[in-house]
Amino acid sequence: MGLTGIEIFKLTPRTNCKECGFPTCMAFSMKVASGAVEIEKCPHISDEAKAKLSEATAPPMKTITVGKGSSEKKIGGETVLFRHEKTLVNKPLIAVQFCDCISDERLEEKISNIKKVSYDRIGEHMQAEGAIVKYCGDKDKFLKVLGNVKDLELVNILYCSDAAVAKEGLELVKDTNPVLLGANSENINEMISLAKEYKATLGIEAGTIEELYSLAETAEKAGQKELIFNVGGKDIAKTFETAVETRRAALVGGDRTMGYPSIVFANTLSDGDDYLQTALASAFVLKYASIIVLDDMSYQTALPLFGLRQNIFTDPQKPMRVEPKIYEFANPKSDSPVLVTVDFALTYFVVSGEIERSKMPAWLMIPDSGGYSVLTSWAAGKFSGSVIRQMVKDSGIEEKLTVKRLVIPGKVAVLKGDIEEELPGWEIIVGPDEAMQIPKFLNELA
Amino acid sequence: MAYKKTAKKYSGKISQVTVGTGEKAITLGGKNVLPFYKFDGEAGNKPKVGIEIMDESPSEWSGEFAELYSEAGNDTAAWAKLVEEKYAPDFICLRFEGADPNGKNKSVEECVEVAKKVADSITVPLVVAGSKNNDKDAELFKNVAEALQGKNILLLAAKEENYKTVGAAGALAYGQKVAAESSVDINLAKQLNILMSQLGVKKEDIVMNVGCAAVGYGYEYVSSTMDRILLAALGQNDESLQMPIITAVSFDSWSVKESLATEADEPQWGNQMERGIHMEVSTAAACLVSGSDAVVVRHPKSLETMKKFVNSMM
Ligand code: B12
Ligand code: SF4
Repeated sequence: MGLTGIEIFKLTPRTNCKECGFPTCMAFSMKVASGAVEIEKCPHISDEAKAKLSEATAPPMKTITVGKGSSEKKIGGETVLFRHEKTLVNKPLIAVQFCDCISDERLEEKISNIKKVSYDRIGEHMQAEGAIVKYCGDKDKFLKVLGNVKDLELVNILYCSDAAVAKEGLELVKDTNPVLLGANSENINEMISLAKEYKATLGIEAGTIEELYSLAETAEKAGQKELIFNVGGKDIAKTFETAVETRRAALVGGDRTMGYPSIVFANTLSDGDDYLQTALASAFVLKYASIIVLDDMSYQTALPLFGLRQNIFTDPQKPMRVEPKIYEFANPKSDSPVLVTVDFALTYFVVSGEIERSKMPAWLMIPDSGGYSVLTSWAAGKFSGSVIRQMVKDSGIEEKLTVKRLVIPGKVAVLKGDIEEELPGWEIIVGPDEAMQIPKFLNELA
Repeated sequence: MAYKKTAKKYSGKISQVTVGTGEKAITLGGKNVLPFYKFDGEAGNKPKVGIEIMDESPSEWSGEFAELYSEAGNDTAAWAKLVEEKYAPDFICLRFEGADPNGKNKSVEECVEVAKKVADSITVPLVVAGSKNNDKDAELFKNVAEALQGKNILLLAAKEENYKTVGAAGALAYGQKVAAESSVDINLAKQLNILMSQLGVKKEDIVMNVGCAAVGYGYEYVSSTMDRILLAALGQNDESLQMPIITAVSFDSWSVKESLATEADEPQWGNQMERGIHMEVSTAAACLVSGSDAVVVRHPKSLETMKKFVNSMM
């Protein structure tokens, strides 16, 4: 939603001094409007005019930074509704909810679960990024829980509509870029002051989207521009609708008052049904949550959810490839087997992870196979007997070997005969279908 | 200022395809908005959730599945009856794993017998899936379609390599429904639909299977393919892409490490079956919001969860 040439023209001094390199202010303004020239090229533009312009050209959805230090994350900032249109940029954060009605035992258990679910997948570290503490009436306990949870060093999210209690809570998590949820039509002014005082992102909630809108307007007018919408209630369909409507009003409708991230409580919506929680959280990864709240952390929920999130937020414009070459594991020797796979990053990470897990010495040969998965590249003719032979020859691997054994992915067992013809002197072994069977397979092979 | 809704109206509509007969028949499709966007227009028929069974013993999947269905023993028809009565799926997907020439290579006659028995012991619609061998499946589908004439079953699926046999026998000769299977690519999906139409198969008899992947395993391609198909079908009124979509989630979600690794393999990860169910419901939910009008799942818990999901979204 940039400004037109005429609108920009009105921001110039209209003296036609030519210092910008253009004959007239009007000519300059037209170029700025088309994006060809920066407004800074005119030395006479006032700061006020510059601010106005940058406001007008700002992306429709605000990017908000939450958390500090190692927990710092960006949310929002999306420019498209569908990933194929360009790319989605900021992954939704996964947060676990606590409250002051929790037992000490359960508190400890949840904290330990959060610590336990922490792993790497395809170059990305996976763990809960946020912790929410909800105030249900017991102030001392609320502060105590918050104190404990804070030590996890995640994004701190306080859910508290009592401004006096919220203030004490914010005092505890000062300087961590926290999120303060619970602003509504009754407490909006006090909550805005608190958010400003503690540099918190303010979470607003309302019964209808119209009310949500007017709360956002109130906050913006008061200068609080770090906002997040709590789009959920108890009703699943309604939550989905609000999540879609807010995102769409900003990105398609161009209304920046709706251009803030959203938070969805998959835990509340699923009401204790763990499976439904996973299903809902997955749906909201696609459309359109910026923070997704779970009841607890477990591998069974994390594995699919983080996997899905990682997939959806890959940039479709960037090929996910690794360099074709020979990779070495555990100092392979001249009699170690040569495994072969493709140069698709996902495949490489899965396969290399399993070879590492086996702790067995091995070579991993990766030819140029178009950056596709095993079956895709095979179906596209980019992972064939001749491609593999060429790689064996080009890489010079044979000179390092006394025993020539080549292990091919089980999914392309049909290639065996082909490769045998291409590579006389080699033993071609069909490996398992799934990479997870590689450790067992390599141990038996040795 | 006040809030202004940014509604989106489309000119196109997903066609409606009915599978099965009688009271339990299901109709897929019918929406003229993105999945579950009932606030924009007509969200169509509720997406359907079916459960997968096999022509072989459930122990082929795992001991736990065998236990779950122990009452049915090794009888596929009893298994079908059991899932219908106990779990009330919208449909049953019978998969002929045992027909695979590289596996047990069961004869087509044997498979047809099983299909007949299964069809006779259930009242919900039947979806029949093959062995993934194109030639064998063509024969299998042709004969099953003939034997189950009048049952209005759905054949899952016809591919570029065998659509002529499957389409001609399944839809044209024996009046069944056919799913056109392509591999995660809008152009391939469109092309196969056009080929099927040129063969004479009516739009009301075609469903699309545009491919699937488990979440974490290239799922983004599945999601983007469905997004693009729906936007073309609805937004550009592209008739060759307006068929409802069926996705066999279970075929992929149970064959990745998250579902296959035992507790001994990955002690941190916890109960294996639980992981499988979560992988399945995550993938199924992602498919439903991306555009599937029907999903096939394997575990009864997944079925229950996804029915709950659909009912609460619509
Ligand atoms: C995403 C996808 C695509 C993406 C490509 C993404 C990419 N970068 O690869 C796109 C949309 C571009 C695509 C295109 C095509 N695709 Co495609 N695609 C898929 C899909 C959905 C997922 C693939 C994936 O990411 N898998 C995950 C990776 C990790 O799996 P993987 O590489 O196989 O690795 C596993 C194992 O093989 C093993 N492993 C790997 N290496 C090794 C090595 C050793 C030694 C061992 C022991 C094990 C091992 O470990 C891994 C994990 O267990 C699959 C369907 C599916 N559900 O699998 C179809 C699929 C692979 N595609 C298929 C086809 C036909 C195609 C096309 C040829 C279609 C066409 N006619 O144009 C094109 C070809 C590309 C081209 N344009 O030329 C078919 C292949 C059919 C077949 N059996 O031959 C499939 C199976 C779909 C189907 N059911 O029809 N595809
Ligand atoms: S430098 Fe500024 S004032 Fe001078 S002509 Fe260019 S736009 Fe006008």
